Amino acid sequence: MNELIQDITKEQLRSDIPDFRSGDTVRVHAKVVEGSRERIQLFEGVVIKRHGSGISATYTVRKMSNGVGVERTFPLNTPRVEQIEVIRHGRVRRSKLYYLRARTGKAARIKERRRDI
Amino acid sequence: MARKGILGKKVGMTQIFTDNGELVPVTVVEATPNVVMQLKTVENDGYEAVQLGFEDRREVLSNKPAKGHAEKANTTPKHYIREFRDVEMGDYELGAQVTVDTFNSGDVVDVTGTTKGHGMQGNIKRFGQARGPETHGSRYHRVAGSMGAIINRVFKGKMLPGVMGNNRVTTQNLEIVKVDTERNAIMIKGNVPGANKSLVKIQTAIKANQK
Repeated sequence: MNELIQDITKEQLRSDIPDFRSGDTVRVHAKVVEGSRERIQLFEGVVIKRHGSGISATYTVRKMSNGVGVERTFPLNTPRVEQIEVIRHGRVRRSKLYYLRARTGKAARIKERRRDI
Repeated sequence: MARKGILGKKVGMTQIFTDNGELVPVTVVEATPNVVMQLKTVENDGYEAVQLGFEDRREVLSNKPAKGHAEKANTTPKHYIREFRDVEMGDYELGAQVTVDTFNSGDVVDVTGTTKGHGMQGNIKRFGQARGPETHGSRYHRVAGSMGAIINRVFKGKMLPGVMGNNRVTTQNLEIVKVDTERNAIMIKGNVPGANKSLVKIQTAIKANQK
């Protein structure tokens, strides 16, 4: 990437992003504006995709809500997310977990990753 | 209405967050300080304009007329020299610098550039026409089709293969998202004509600022 572009976007990159990858379960503290009030809304689910690099990086979180799959894509560096909590590290064999869309319940389980390596 | 302008170089595209956390696509244009090379007046030239120079050219590459022209403005020869019309002539002084703070964030501008050259191209790529069927003996694959009414000539403007791109194009009513005076960069929302590293001319929008 061009140096000037990197330089311009550098100051907007967040340094408090935890290390997480596809298959991990995260709790995203998203800021929601309701009228004039701002509150925190939690979105908890499995990260099924990480995409892009630099300021354009995004990740997609999937959860089941009342039996319906819900996916939300967040920009990684957005100031509208208060905090990303990593709840569980999952062991998966690919980076994009689109196959989870076709699965529910037991079939959609992800094994926990051993962290002591 | 008086317009303002500056010359710059397209650097490339990226995204930045606005103050309310929105991620917007921007084109970064680097505009190192321009120099006023000449002021055209009605008495001398028959019209009013300000001539700006952008980017130094090496001394050995410049010929005597170019050096002499630059000397009048007390500066070095420039790579790109362009005129701006409809400007407020009182604001410009010979040899003065024009920097990125000519524009503020929120300004609406028109951006002129030269589009990427694509060379000789057929109708499908050049004009977005549909292709014919590949099989079933159609024998009508990527050709232009009918030449129109039989009057022993082809109507002007008939879409036919030819050289595509490398045109001077102005994109109107683009918003300036951010001006970085430290790095001499202007961030314009959306895309801008031309390849990276190509010259672009940024001017106050002619339509959006009409009163």
